[in-house]
Amino acid sequence: MPAEHTGAVGSRWPVRAAYRWEGLILALLAGVALWASLGVDGFANGSNVSFLLLDTTEIALMVLTMTLVIVAAEIDLSVASTLGLSCAVLGQLWNAGLPIEAIMPICLLVGAVCGAFNGLLVTGLGLPSLAVTIGTYALFRGLAYVLLGDQAVADLPPAYTGLATASLGPIPLASLLVVVLAGVAAVVLHATGLGRSIFALGSNVEAAFFAGVRVKRIKFWLFVASGTMASLASLVYTFRYASARADNGMGLELAVVAAVLLGGVSIFGGRGSLPGVLMAVLLLGVVRNALILADVANEVLNFVTGLLLVASVLAPNLGAVRRRRTTPSVEGKSVS
Amino acid sequence: MDQTPVLSLSQVSKAFGAVRAVREVSLELFPGEAHALAGENGAGKSTIVKILSGVHRPDSGRILLDGEPVEFGGPADAQRAGVAVIYQEPTLFPDLSVMENIFMGRQPRARLGIDRRAMRSAAAELFTRLGVHLDPDQPARGLSIADQQLVEIAKALSRQARVLIMDEPTAALSGQEVARLFGVAKALREQGCALLFVSHRLEEMFELCQRVTTLRDGALVAVDQIAGITPDDLVRRMVGRELEALFPKQETDAGEVALKVRRLTREGVFTDVSFDVRRGEIVALAGLVGAGRSEVARAVFGIDRWDAGSVEVDGRRLRPASPTAAMAAGLALVPEDRRQQGLVMDLSIERNIGLAGLAAVRRGPLVSRPAERALARDWAVRLRLKFVRLTDPVNVLSGGNQQKVVLAKWLARRPSVLIVDEPTRGIDVGTKAEVHRLLSELAGSGVAVLMISSELPEVLGMADRVLVMHEGRLVAELDRADATEESVMAAATGRSAA
Repeated sequence: MPAEHTGAVGSRWPVRAAYRWEGLILALLAGVALWASLGVDGFANGSNVSFLLLDTTEIALMVLTMTLVIVAAEIDLSVASTLGLSCAVLGQLWNAGLPIEAIMPICLLVGAVCGAFNGLLVTGLGLPSLAVTIGTYALFRGLAYVLLGDQAVADLPPAYTGLATASLGPIPLASLLVVVLAGVAAVVLHATGLGRSIFALGSNVEAAFFAGVRVKRIKFWLFVASGTMASLASLVYTFRYASARADNGMGLELAVVAAVLLGGVSIFGGRGSLPGVLMAVLLLGVVRNALILADVANEVLNFVTGLLLVASVLAPNLGAVRRRRTTPSVEGKSVS
Repeated sequence: MDQTPVLSLSQVSKAFGAVRAVREVSLELFPGEAHALAGENGAGKSTIVKILSGVHRPDSGRILLDGEPVEFGGPADAQRAGVAVIYQEPTLFPDLSVMENIFMGRQPRARLGIDRRAMRSAAAELFTRLGVHLDPDQPARGLSIADQQLVEIAKALSRQARVLIMDEPTAALSGQEVARLFGVAKALREQGCALLFVSHRLEEMFELCQRVTTLRDGALVAVDQIAGITPDDLVRRMVGRELEALFPKQETDAGEVALKVRRLTREGVFTDVSFDVRRGEIVALAGLVGAGRSEVARAVFGIDRWDAGSVEVDGRRLRPASPTAAMAAGLALVPEDRRQQGLVMDLSIERNIGLAGLAAVRRGPLVSRPAERALARDWAVRLRLKFVRLTDPVNVLSGGNQQKVVLAKWLARRPSVLIVDEPTRGIDVGTKAEVHRLLSELAGSGVAVLMISSELPEVLGMADRVLVMHEGRLVAELDRADATEESVMAAATGRSAA
């Protein structure tokens, strides 16, 4: 069949770039890992790798749902605060003498309610999720402090704290949880009708609505999933450190969003893949770990994370800007 | 008239890609004269307005200011030359006051900052000149559209505008507001301003203007003294062209009623709309842009809520405001705006085709890639889509092929009622004929088709029945035999009480 390309040669740019971007992250990951194993003392041994993996567990969990949220062209900045609130609830209920098996589902419910609150404000009232979740970022964390103050609940059952740090060989059990849930998230995003709908509504919400995609319903449940995942991460976090505090996981939302964007997900929605994001989680984890081992100051660590975040937002958009400049516009409408 | 025109176009042409929007059109605007620009949708009126206001540059031909050739590099040049445009919906700064809007960028200066007192009295003076009462200190937010237009006119006056172009200014106004606007326009005319009045409403042209230029398909048809012609003459000038070679609809026997719309009302948009579409029938919904046709389609499909009335598909009442429910009942809508509403431009051809029918390609909870691909390939071939790979994003396709993807998306669902809104807008002649053949075949296979179209030849060639809307109401229902360009246009411009 004859080809009729009206666009420029680069018009398949997004598709090719997706592969290229994931390839780039993978190469970067391999490069940094190689450099660290050769040049950083104590990087390339089993217990460090095990620690590295364990240390990225909470981020990796929250990244899974955050990827879906950002592909849907929304954002949830309240995840780390939800994690903190869930920790505070856990500590308070444990102090009150409830069995831990009863507390855990309650924590998950708390996370779901937090997510539903975000989702309701975003879909019901049509507010931008950036504004809503900056608000609930403060709200949930504040609530955590109201509940637990500055006390640390540390006398948690050893069966669970042990489980959170146990490993199979060099692989922590918690990482297996990540692997299973990552598989579920990848299948949902890349192989179900729901995933197709998430990409469509993230790319053009109006066209998705005209095609019968239940835009509001999907967005609402994505926020619920994000909140629930944050509280699941809070359980891992609490047991891993054997300490439930209101300030648990402070600042993690930055690392989560950074990993998603570095993984090639467009901040404007509609584009990205879960494998890319998981590689980015590992990359950020390796960089952090190697820099800590190399005795680099914490401030430099933040600087590097920030740099990678800015680079990951900038790089794909440089291409888009160039494309916009070179594509002629039709009747004043930009063709971008 | 032996004066020099203040602004004129001489043999101006403008093309957008392959579409020749305006062909060698000349137009003369004299001081103290109100000039009407008439023509169907797509006749080139807007392009003329945009050339005069510096938005578009003509490909050939000249713009003359006081008889001297000028070039407008952009709207700012046109403004400096004294050309002002009042649009249907003005764009004011909502949080600034009326006077601040009028003097934006040209505020009277005091020693320290802006002289608000001078600005207030200057604004008040402008309003006195226009004979209207507006408070200069009132914020623009909350002004009616009519008042916003007056603010724009005051702004034009403050710039010493000598040519005032009004582009469909009355479309959103009430009768009283139109009368007030015309009062102002007549006052300006008497003060020596040249007016260009673009409207679909013939009676308004006859009330306000002295001369009328009629365009058809981008070309000049006639320039007449209004006093010398009748509204019917004008309608004939607007539509009188030979029918293009189109794929005519095959005769089919209309079956049962598939779509039944009763007394559908959305306040302020359309009122009391009732009609049926039977299986095997193509019913056209004709009317001018802004008559409420697309809005009816959107409401029927559940995109917008309706305030009263009912919609039934195959005897089942639809839940309002739910596209999902409408789709489940067998409705499909090919929307007006292909790029915004019809397609997700960044997604691939196959993803777009599969989007409305995800249930059909599902195996258990997962999407089956082979089924998804087969569905897309099947419909791409049936509709003779020209493509390289099904995984290419749809934005590499031409407009006609993009429209085929939208059609494929909906046909893959095998709808019982298909609503198509401007199905051939902006696509080439060959693809147009294919779309017509396709719609005809669909009707032949028992689908009920509701077609919104602004192209009269398309309406007359395709439709078994023509429904005509005018200002939110259904004003006429014409059988194939009774539908002519004249009868449809007469109803669409509100000139017949059918």
